[in-house]
Amino acid sequence: MSRRLLWPVLALVALLLVNVFVTPSFLSLRMQDGHLFGSLVDILRNGAPTLLIALGMTLVIATRGIDLSVGAVAAIAGAVTCTHIAAGGDPFSGMAIALALCALMGLWNGFLVSVVGVQPIIATLVLMTAGRGIAMLITEGQIITVDNPAYRQIGAGFLVLPIAILISVAALVGVALVTRRTALGLLIESVGVNPEASRLAGVRSRTIIWTVYVFVALCSGVAGLMISSNVSAADANNAGLWIEMDAILAVVIGGTSLAGGRYSLTGTLLGALIIQTLTTTVYTIGVPPEVTLVFKAVVVLAVCLLQAPALSRALAPRRKVVLP
Amino acid sequence: MTALTARAPSRFLPVIATFVVFVATFGVGSLRYEGFATGQVVANLFIDNAFLIVLAVGMTFVILTGGIDLSVGSVVALSTMIAAAALRAGWPAWLVVPAVLATGSALGLLMGVVIHRFQVQPFIVTLAGMFLARGLCFVISVESVSIKDPTFRALATGTLELPGGVTITHTVVIALVAVAVAAYVLHLTRFGRTVYAVGGSESSARLMGLRTGRVKVGVYVISGFCSALAGLLFSLYMLSGYGLHAVGMELDAIAAVVVGGSLLSGGVGFVVGSVAGVLVLGTIQTLISFQGTLSSWWTKIVIGVLLLAFIVLQRLIVRRS
Repeated sequence: MSRRLLWPVLALVALLLVNVFVTPSFLSLRMQDGHLFGSLVDILRNGAPTLLIALGMTLVIATRGIDLSVGAVAAIAGAVTCTHIAAGGDPFSGMAIALALCALMGLWNGFLVSVVGVQPIIATLVLMTAGRGIAMLITEGQIITVDNPAYRQIGAGFLVLPIAILISVAALVGVALVTRRTALGLLIESVGVNPEASRLAGVRSRTIIWTVYVFVALCSGVAGLMISSNVSAADANNAGLWIEMDAILAVVIGGTSLAGGRYSLTGTLLGALIIQTLTTTVYTIGVPPEVTLVFKAVVVLAVCLLQAPALSRALAPRRKVVLP
Repeated sequence: MTALTARAPSRFLPVIATFVVFVATFGVGSLRYEGFATGQVVANLFIDNAFLIVLAVGMTFVILTGGIDLSVGSVVALSTMIAAAALRAGWPAWLVVPAVLATGSALGLLMGVVIHRFQVQPFIVTLAGMFLARGLCFVISVESVSIKDPTFRALATGTLELPGGVTITHTVVIALVAVAVAAYVLHLTRFGRTVYAVGGSESSARLMGLRTGRVKVGVYVISGFCSALAGLLFSLYMLSGYGLHAVGMELDAIAAVVVGGSLLSGGVGFVVGSVAGVLVLGTIQTLISFQGTLSSWWTKIVIGVLLLAFIVLQRLIVRRS
C-alpha cells in the first residue's frame, strides 16, 4: 500500500476499534427479508451521498479547482424532482429533468472557471449562494413531501445492500476504470499541475476543466436525489447543508492535494468512510451529535498535519538524510 | 505621468463601482418607496449590519494576503456563546469582553500558525477552525442562552442621538472605530504595507526582507479578533448566545469583501470598499423587505447575481492591465 494511504487507513481502523470497544455487536451483520442489516451497512448507506460528491470533488480538486456549490445543487435536484412528483409527474422524468438541470449548472460553473477565468472558490460561491435561493424558489419556501415507492428506492431501497451505496460504488469503479485505464487521469493531473503548459503540450485544458465541473454537478444531483428520496421530502434549506465541506474533507483526508496535480480515488473512499464512521462513533459513545464537529476538526487537522511537507521535513533527520 | 494617472483609476475602479451600485440601489429604493431616503434608513443599515462590517474588516486583511478565513461565522457564534455562558455564570461584563476577544484572537493565532508553519492551505485549516468553533459552542450548551446582564442590556438598548433626529446604537460607533483603526493600520503602518506586499507576491516580499511570516500569522489573529468583536456586537443585537447563530455568515463576509472590490488573489482592496460592500448587501435586504411581496430567498439570488457581476468586472480590469 502506498505510504500516502497509511494514515487514513490507521484512522479508519482506530475508529472502528473504538466502536467495537463501546458496542461489542458493532461488526455483526444479519440478513432479514433479503436485506443486510447492521451498523456497518448503516455507515455505508448514510455515507453514500458524501462518497458520490467526494468522488466528483476529487476530480475537480485534481485540476486545482474546488466546487462549493455541490450542496446547493443537491438541494435543487431534490427540489425539482419532488415538486415534479408532487404535481402528479412521473418520478423518472422528474429525475431526468433534475439531472439535466444539474448538468446545466455544472456547465455554468465550468464556463466561469475555464472560459471567464474566475478562481474556482469564488466562481462556485456564486451558485452556492444563489443556488439555495433557486431551490427555495422552486419549492416556494415549503418542504415538499412526496409518497412514491419508486422514488423512495434510490435513497432507502435495498438490493441486499442499500441501493444508494451500490450507485456510489458503481460510480467510483466507473471513474477509476475510465481515468486510470485511459490517459484521462493523467491529463486531469497535468491540467492540475499547470493548465497553461498542458494546453501548450496539446491537452485540451478547457474541455477537461469543463468536464469535471459537469461531472461533479451530476454527482451532486444524484446525491441530492438520494438525500431527498431517503426522507421522501425536499427541504431547500437543509438538504445537503455542509455536504460540500464533508466532501472536501473526505478528499483531503484521502491524500489528494488541494494544490492539484494528483489524486487518489481509494483515498477518497477511505476519507468518506472515515467521515461517516466518525459521525456514527460520536452517536454511539453518547456525545450530543452537534459536538461531532469538534471531532471532525481534530481529525482534519491531524491528517493534514501528518501529510504536511513541513512536518515530514521536521521528522526527516530521524530517517535517512539524502544530501544533494 | 500618464501611466500614473491611468493606473490610479483602475486601482480604485472596483471601489468606485461598489459605491455606484450602492447609490444606484439606494436611489431605486428612494424613488419607489416613500420614506426610504431618510437618515434613519441609512442609520438602520449600519445598526443592522454593525457586526458584518467588523467581520468584513477582518476578512479584508486575510483576503489581501491571498488567504481566506472560513471560520469567522462560527467564531461569531462561539463568542456569543462564551459571552452568554460567562455572564450567566456571574462574570462581570468588564471581564467577559476581554475573555471573548482573547479567545477569538487565540483561535486565529492557532490557525495562522498551522497555515504558516506547516504550509497547509488556509481553506482547509479555517474549515477545520469553523468546525471546531461551531462544535465548541455545543460543548458549552446545545440550547440558546439568553443574556440578562444589566451592562450588556444597557449597551444594547442605549441609543445615541445624531443631529437631524437620527438615532444610532453604540454598536455602530464600535464598528466605525474598527473600520478607522483598520484603515490606519493598512495604510500607515509597516504591518499594513507588508500585508499588501505579501498579497502582491509573497516571494518578492520575502526577498525584500519583509517579515512575511509575522504578517501571514498576524492577519489570521486580526480576523479572529474581529470575529470575536463581531460576536460581541452580535450578542448585543440578539441578546443571546446560541450555537446556531451566524450560520453561513462567513459567506456574507466574503461576498461583502468581493463586492467591495478586493481581489481574492490578494494585494488589491480597501477596507472602505468592504464597508461599501456590506452596505450594498444591507440595502438589497432593506429593498426586499420594503417591497413586501418578494420572498426572502430573492435576497440570496440577488446577492449571487451581484457577486457574479463583480467578479466578471474584476476579470475585465485584471485582463486590461
